[in-house]
Order: sequence, then structure tokens, then C-alpha cells
Amino acid sequence: MRTILFFIVATVVSITARAGEPVRAFEPVTGAEVFEKWCSSCHSKGREYPGTLALDARYKGAVPGALEERTDLTPGLITYFVRNGISVMPFFRKTEISDHQLDLLNTYLIKKEEK
Amino acid sequence: MRTPPGIGSQEFAAALNEFREAVGEKWVFTSDEDIKLYRDAYSPYWNEPEERTASAAVAPESSEEVQAVVAIANRYGIPVYSISTGKNLGYGGSAPTYSGSVVLDLKRMNRIIEVNEKQAYCIVEPGVSYFDMYRYLQENNIRLWIDVPDPGWGSMMGNALDRGAGYTAARFRNHFDAHCGMEVVLADGELMRTGMGAMPGSQTWQMYKSGFGPWVDGIFSQSNFGVVTKMGFWLMPEPDAFLKGVIHLPRYKDLIPHVDLMTSLENSRIFDGYPDLNSPVLGTPSLAGLHDFLVDGPERRDDEYMQLFTSGAPPEDYEDYGLRNKIPFWSCALTFYGPEKVIRAQWEHVQERYKEVLPEATFELREFYDLPLSEEQKEQVQYPAQFGIPNLRTFAIGARSSWNPAPPSDGHAWFSPIIPRDGAEILRINEVLGKASRELGIPMLFAMNVPVPSWERCFVFIIPFMISKDPKQNKKTRDAFRQIIKIAAANGWGEYRTATAFQGDVMDTYSFGDNALIRFHEKIKDAVDPKGILSPGRYNIWPRHLREQHKKGNS
Repeated sequence: MRTILFFIVATVVSITARAGEPVRAFEPVTGAEVFEKWCSSCHSKGREYPGTLALDARYKGAVPGALEERTDLTPGLITYFVRNGISVMPFFRKTEISDHQLDLLNTYLIKKEEK
Repeated sequence: MRTPPGIGSQEFAAALNEFREAVGEKWVFTSDEDIKLYRDAYSPYWNEPEERTASAAVAPESSEEVQAVVAIANRYGIPVYSISTGKNLGYGGSAPTYSGSVVLDLKRMNRIIEVNEKQAYCIVEPGVSYFDMYRYLQENNIRLWIDVPDPGWGSMMGNALDRGAGYTAARFRNHFDAHCGMEVVLADGELMRTGMGAMPGSQTWQMYKSGFGPWVDGIFSQSNFGVVTKMGFWLMPEPDAFLKGVIHLPRYKDLIPHVDLMTSLENSRIFDGYPDLNSPVLGTPSLAGLHDFLVDGPERRDDEYMQLFTSGAPPEDYEDYGLRNKIPFWSCALTFYGPEKVIRAQWEHVQERYKEVLPEATFELREFYDLPLSEEQKEQVQYPAQFGIPNLRTFAIGARSSWNPAPPSDGHAWFSPIIPRDGAEILRINEVLGKASRELGIPMLFAMNVPVPSWERCFVFIIPFMISKDPKQNKKTRDAFRQIIKIAAANGWGEYRTATAFQGDVMDTYSFGDNALIRFHEKIKDAVDPKGILSPGRYNIWPRHLREQHKKGNS
């Protein structure tokens, strides 16, 4: 019975999805996801990423250009740049990156130190 | 607490409480710390008294909440400035046009209402970015493409409403033209749907654009007549294959027959991808070469070339150097989407036509891909936006890089007038604006600027202006920008879109018939938003009570 019920529920769910029920855009729930959604397009490793290129030019090898490879980031620093921006990087509103998501991001980027 | 102009603090406090009831305490922002996040990061008035800033922000998460907020604002006469993702950098960002307005931040409205693969359309809310939609299509294995502008974090709706452009097939590159149907909250809080959406029970909201009666969608773009809360878009079915073929031309004057032929081929739909024109000998980058140019700087050339460059030689003087060194004067990459057989035949036809008109032309097959792209290929393609792949590479413009180590700029604004699809006109605008730019001290990187063919039937001629955080520098930039608007207009070249700081200057140039168009905008404004609460001043449409003080020279 339980199997049949599950089957019915699963069918109903998949039919509604196919019928085009509204879906929310991806909302990050982990620090890694916050980084992926909001930071990775500029700060990933590689020469396609303007943030990484700018940091490479700034630090000239003293620290890695890609943020996920940094081991010297502090919560104050990450929060400062997210909420104040720098150069062509704008600041981010709380409807984009909430305070909670910013905490997750801090934890994610700072944990790198332990690796 | 800062209040909107003309609103007392008690009245404002009462309105804010009503906003809180409508959207929840958490989504009404009033602290200085939160409000500064609504500044325009690229403001040409940064830290000056004229910088446009908000008094508060309210972030509803549904059309119903927008209706409630707008009805409250209307009752109190509070100006509200709507933004979608707030990432319209270079065009005002998330700051209001009228200082002291409450920003209506629609980022939380991020529902993908529907994607219909069979009929190739989608319906979205304002907070849905190109990245969001791309992710959704990929995760659900839906073989539809979006047409993305340079920065992928922008709102599909916001970009279309500001009439932005992209890079795939012609019929999708004009984002406003590619929309079909909208839902709008009017100034009194009423909800309206346009096109077929106005008929209850219609199944064709995204299948027929204009419905019945006047087609009003256009008046909600680059304007302030309503708050658009949903929009439909036609999407591009993923083609079977992609081909990019390049035509190389050796001579300066080849530009004129080239533009004629390219335009004829495009208007005849022999190719429908973005035609990417550049001048290798002058060093102007193609789309494909833009990123490398931004990262590594201009190509190193020999002393003879540098002599030409530093002497400020006119563009035609580079022709001889190019011929001797086998560097084309012009290259133009045409892109084709479709079944392999068809697009190879189209490319072949293009080559035949060029051989007839420009016998010195040479040809190169630059890229060919069977689609969909593999993950590896996605990293290899020359310009991801030509495959509907959103990215943020464009922010390398004005950023610190190994060849441009200091000081980085703090933003940009584009001067971007529309000019005819005509080679002679490209040469003329370069003469006129090149001279003006030198006189105004606007740095020009090349002996001439090559316009971009974003849309069919016209070119967009772009002069970049770098924005700084230094008021003195910004004043020079603003003065030069305003001068160049006037000089261009005197020659019949008008901007398609501009930063909020310059919208008054540009709108003033659209003055035919004693400003008949501007006065018509104002009549509509007075009729549909009599209290003038919706985004006052956006695209220089001011409500009656603010009109006089914001006339030319006061904005």
C-alpha cells in the first residue's frame, strides 16, 4: 500500500512539474553554493575570470588570484568586499546575498585554511 | 531617518509600517548600512551632492505584494523606483533616478513561471537572471537557448525593459523585441496583462504578441508607467550545429562594399548570427579576441607600426603596412546556426558573393561545432554568449590586469549612438567624433572605432567612458559625455540607452516637432500615474509636480 501511495504521489509531483508549475531560481543553502552563484563567475581559477586576473595583477604571485585557493582570508575582509565592492566589482544587496548567506560564504572561504 | 522629498518624517514612518505589513519586517530596509547597498556603484556623481540615493528600500516577493506596496505609496505620494536584479551597471545600477525615492527591489521575485520547450518560450519574474535561467535549462535538459547580454547576472526582464542586446540569432538579439506578453502593476495598484494575456482563459499569451487593440507593451520599456512583474520571452531552439566563418579584406575602402554585402546577406537571412567586424591592422579586437585583448593588452607590433600609432596617423595610412605584413584591414566573422548541411551551404554562398564583389577577399572557417556542446567545448568556444552561455568576462573592461596594473577604474558608462548600416557613415562618425574626442580629452585606443552590429538594420557606435571615485575626474568625464551627446545629435546620431545621469541630456535630443515625443510621454505619465509615484525621472519622464525643476540643465 505504501509503495502504491508513493507511486501515486511521485506521479502527481512529476506531472505538476511537467505542466510547468512555477519554480524558484536556484537559492544557495551552503557556503560553496553561495560562492558558486555569486562569486565563481569572476573569482574562479583560470584566465576567463576578471576578479582572479585583477587579484593576480595586484598580488603578483604573493597569494593565489583565485579566492578558493587563498588561505589568508578573514571574515572581516570577505564581508567588507561583498558589502563595499572594489574597483569595478559592485557591492551586493541583502536581497542578493543575505547576512546568513554571507556568514556561510565566510565559513566556506575561511575553512580553506584548514585544508 | 532620511525621508523622500516632500514627505514628513511621521508620514514616512507610517508608510514604512504599512510597507512592513505588506512584505514583512525583514524586507523593508531603512538603516544607513542597508541603504548604501542601493547606491549606483558606477555613479558618475559618486560622493557628490548630485549622486542619486534612496531613502529606503522595500522588497516584495510576489505581484500581490507589489500591488500592495504601490497602492500604499500612491496613497502617501511616496516615489518608488523599481529595479529587478539591480545589476544595470553603467546605466544606473540599483539607485533611483530621483534622489530620496524608495527603491522597490524586485530581486526576491525570482520565479521561473513556465518554460515551454515545444512552443519555445518562457515566462519569468523580474528577479530571474540569465544565470538562473541557464541553470534551469541545463538541469532540466531543455534544449532551448537564451540570448544573453555581456553580464550574465542581469535580469532577463530588466535587460529587455531597458532594451538591451545579446549575441545569438538576429531575432533574439533585441531583447525587448523577443518578449511576448507582460503583466504590469499600475500606479493605483491594479494588475494588468497585455497581449493575449488580457483575455481570461487564453492559452496564447506567449504565442501572439499584440492581442487586440493598441499594443501598449512598448510604453513600459525605458519608462515609468507601471511596474512590470512578469514577462514572456521567445527562446531559441538549440540548433544542430554552429559555424563561424571569417572574411578577411585587405583595404581601408573595402569597408563600404563589405557593409553593403554583409547587410544584404543578413537581411536575406543567409546568415542570422552576430556579424563580428573588426580591424586587425588597427588592432581593434573582435568579439572572439576581446577577452585576450582585455587580459593581455594590445598586440605587440614592430617599430614601424608604433611610429604610425604614436604619430596619430589616420586609419587609411595603416593600409600599406597591413598589405606588406599580410594583416587584414578588416575581418568579419559571420555566424550560422542550423543543420550542418544547411549552414555549410550558406557559408559557401557567402564566399561566392564576396568573391564577386571583393575579389581580394580571403576566407577562414574559424569554428564549427555539433551541438549541444560538451562541457569541454563550453570552455573552448571563442565567445560563450554566441552559444547563449552567460558569463561575467566583460568585467575585465577597466579592471586591473597584468598589462594595466594601476590604477584600475571604478566603473564605466558607454556612449552608444545608433548609426546607419553604411560603411561611409562609419568613416564619417569616426572623423566627427574622433576629432571631438581628441578635443575633449577622451582617450581613444585605436585610430578608429569599429561599431557593433548588435541589431539588424543599424550599427551601435560605442565610446567607453571610465568612471572613477574622484569627483574631479568624474566632472571631466560628465562634461565630455554631455558634449559628445550634443555633437552626435547634431549629426543625427542618437543614443539607444544611457546612464541615469545622462538620460535628460539624451532625451532632449529627440526633439522633433517642438519636443512632441517628450510631451507625449508626459501626457501619458500624467494620465496613468497622476501622483507621479512610479520611478520619477526615469528616461527623463518627470511627473507634473517635478517637471519644471528638472527641465534641461537642472537634472
